[in-house]
Amino acid sequence: MAVKKKLAVFKFASCDGCQLSILDLEDELLTLAQEITIANFAEASRAVLDGPYDLTLIEGSITTPHDFARIRELRDMSKFLVTIGACATAGGIQALRNFADVSEYTRLVYARPDYVETLHKSTPIAEHVPVDFELRGCPVNKHQLLEVISAFIADRKPNISSDSVCVECKRRGTVCIMVAKGTPCLGPLTHSGCNALCPTYDRGCFGCYGPQDNSSPAALTQYWQELGTDPQVMFRLLRNFNPATEPFRSESEKWAPKTPEQ
Amino acid sequence: MSLRIEAAQLGHLLEVIRNAGYDLLGPTVRDGAIAIDRISQLSDLPQGITDEQEKGLYRLRTQASPSYFGFSAPAQTFRRFLQPPTQTIFWASRDTPGGPLRMRSGSNVDSKLAFIGVKACDLAAIGVHDVVFGCDPNPQRPAADPLIKDQLYGMRRENLLIIATECGQAGSTCFCASMNTGPEIEAGYDLRITEFVDGEHWMLIDAGSEQGDTLLSHLAGRPASEDDLTTREQLLERTRRSMGRSLDTRNLPQQLARSFDSPAWEDIAERCLSCANCTLSCPTCFCTDIEDATDITGRTAIRTQRWDSCFNKEISWLHGGQVRKSTASRYRQWLTHKLSTWHDQFGSSGCVGCGRCITWCPVGIDITEEAARLTAGTEASS
Ligand code: SF4
Ligand code: SF4
Ligand code: SF4
Ligand code: SF4
Repeated sequence: MAVKKKLAVFKFASCDGCQLSILDLEDELLTLAQEITIANFAEASRAVLDGPYDLTLIEGSITTPHDFARIRELRDMSKFLVTIGACATAGGIQALRNFADVSEYTRLVYARPDYVETLHKSTPIAEHVPVDFELRGCPVNKHQLLEVISAFIADRKPNISSDSVCVECKRRGTVCIMVAKGTPCLGPLTHSGCNALCPTYDRGCFGCYGPQDNSSPAALTQYWQELGTDPQVMFRLLRNFNPATEPFRSESEKWAPKTPEQ
Repeated sequence: MSLRIEAAQLGHLLEVIRNAGYDLLGPTVRDGAIAIDRISQLSDLPQGITDEQEKGLYRLRTQASPSYFGFSAPAQTFRRFLQPPTQTIFWASRDTPGGPLRMRSGSNVDSKLAFIGVKACDLAAIGVHDVVFGCDPNPQRPAADPLIKDQLYGMRRENLLIIATECGQAGSTCFCASMNTGPEIEAGYDLRITEFVDGEHWMLIDAGSEQGDTLLSHLAGRPASEDDLTTREQLLERTRRSMGRSLDTRNLPQQLARSFDSPAWEDIAERCLSCANCTLSCPTCFCTDIEDATDITGRTAIRTQRWDSCFNKEISWLHGGQVRKSTASRYRQWLTHKLSTWHDQFGSSGCVGCGRCITWCPVGIDITEEAARLTAGTEASS
């Protein structure tokens, strides 16, 4: 039998939710463990094997100065480096700090802010090192994650498309809640991957997979206005899990409240 | 010969079809719309329910009339049952590297489908797909090449029973009259129903096939009178006049073929989200993507077919990159395919005038308006 490939999972600034999606792969986890060597996965085991790694999954965004060196080291140790989740691919919800005064926050939150070394911006991994594949979502979809791991093990391209969430609504047979019920939905601008989870449960998409490849957000916000959507709601839909990613960032500016949100 | 029956006979008809071993698929209320789903009895039909449709807007309304088919184009089409949104083409597996490969075909087509309440536009759309998938029962048109026959579509189509219904009222996004696909239904059905509510609630039923004849023999009614047939003519004339939209199709394919460089495409792109709702609501769109995947062990591979759209990024990916990067080029592909190049490819228009792309476009882009704008000023006769 061929030598088993080595998979490592590392985290930066994140909630661990994407790593938990791996544990959530209950049925496939044992097979996965048989097919590959899990070299590092803090959520599952304390065992740590040294690099190099065949496939490294990175969760989380870059938010502190020492992250810079650490991500470069991991890149050097990895044949393929794949980022998983909104934090790693887009800076995540913590990129809300990009719009605020971080030193003021640290003063408010920590007794000794001088102990805290933090950057003014939360940035995606791809802004710092070359990334082989980005898997979107907050958290990632476990079936997509399995597909990405299977693809990299087999040296093939992952089957992950960049269509809109609407495509998934239509394939699934979900009746469009925006057209049939007037619920504001970010699905047309949002990257697929969740299998239209929110619209299927009667809730507008709030863009946790980030923007799809082609979109003109102003056309959608104009339609939301016609639906009578409160600008505050529009702002929150756009400035959410992927607030720093274009075109969500610039479109959200247009609907930002006059006084900064607390 | 047309048969005149009491509306309540419809329940009996559904029962006869079900007892003949068919899966019934038809209009039913779900999630604030009339969807096409599995149904089993008369009470599943949207009796007394109609719809209001406009650009980017769909609402259900109750109406005083007890009609079963008093609505216009449902939220979904029958496409999903003849060409499902996702289907496995095959599995291939081997136990050891280099060992023998075992192949297994993916989708089984073992059920017989009966489509209930197929509107004129949707019936015409099935006719369009028959040509596209190489299953045209009367092959006269250019693409009837047996080599391109889609086997899975063909198997489902062969056993299909079609109960069509003529509309007594058109919706405000409908334009089948312009596309010559409705409101009268002339062929392509096993049974055709025209429903009337005029003090009495009755139906005219016609058989269009042997199977239709057999079904008809189970129904109690009387032969239609001259008056009944005139009533049908009048109903269809009213429907024709109530079309909310129209499209001037004279020389349209030729005019659109000359619009390639029009600045209008960029103007539309500013409004279009490239979300693909139009294509995936359309009963004639057929594009799919083929995906090959391996499982985690690398010992099993699976080939899957999924609905795709010319608004999606990967569909135009050829060696070296994407052919249609901009939204303008994608919208142009959609509109010109439907109304112009479809004629060259399949010998008909790719649009049957159902209006779904207008209703289900979340920002209300209207194909009839855009086509009119694109051809305005160009010579109508050439
Ligand atoms: S519900 Fe939202 S995601 Fe689904 S089709 Fe409508 S706009 Fe698109
Ligand atoms: S192009 Fe639009 S109106 Fe024409 S058949 Fe398709 S969805 Fe219906
Ligand atoms: S309009 Fe687009 S999705 Fe529809 S059949 Fe043509 S190319 Fe395919
Ligand atoms: S025309 Fe409408 S439905 Fe079609 S891709 Fe553009 S915005 Fe989406």
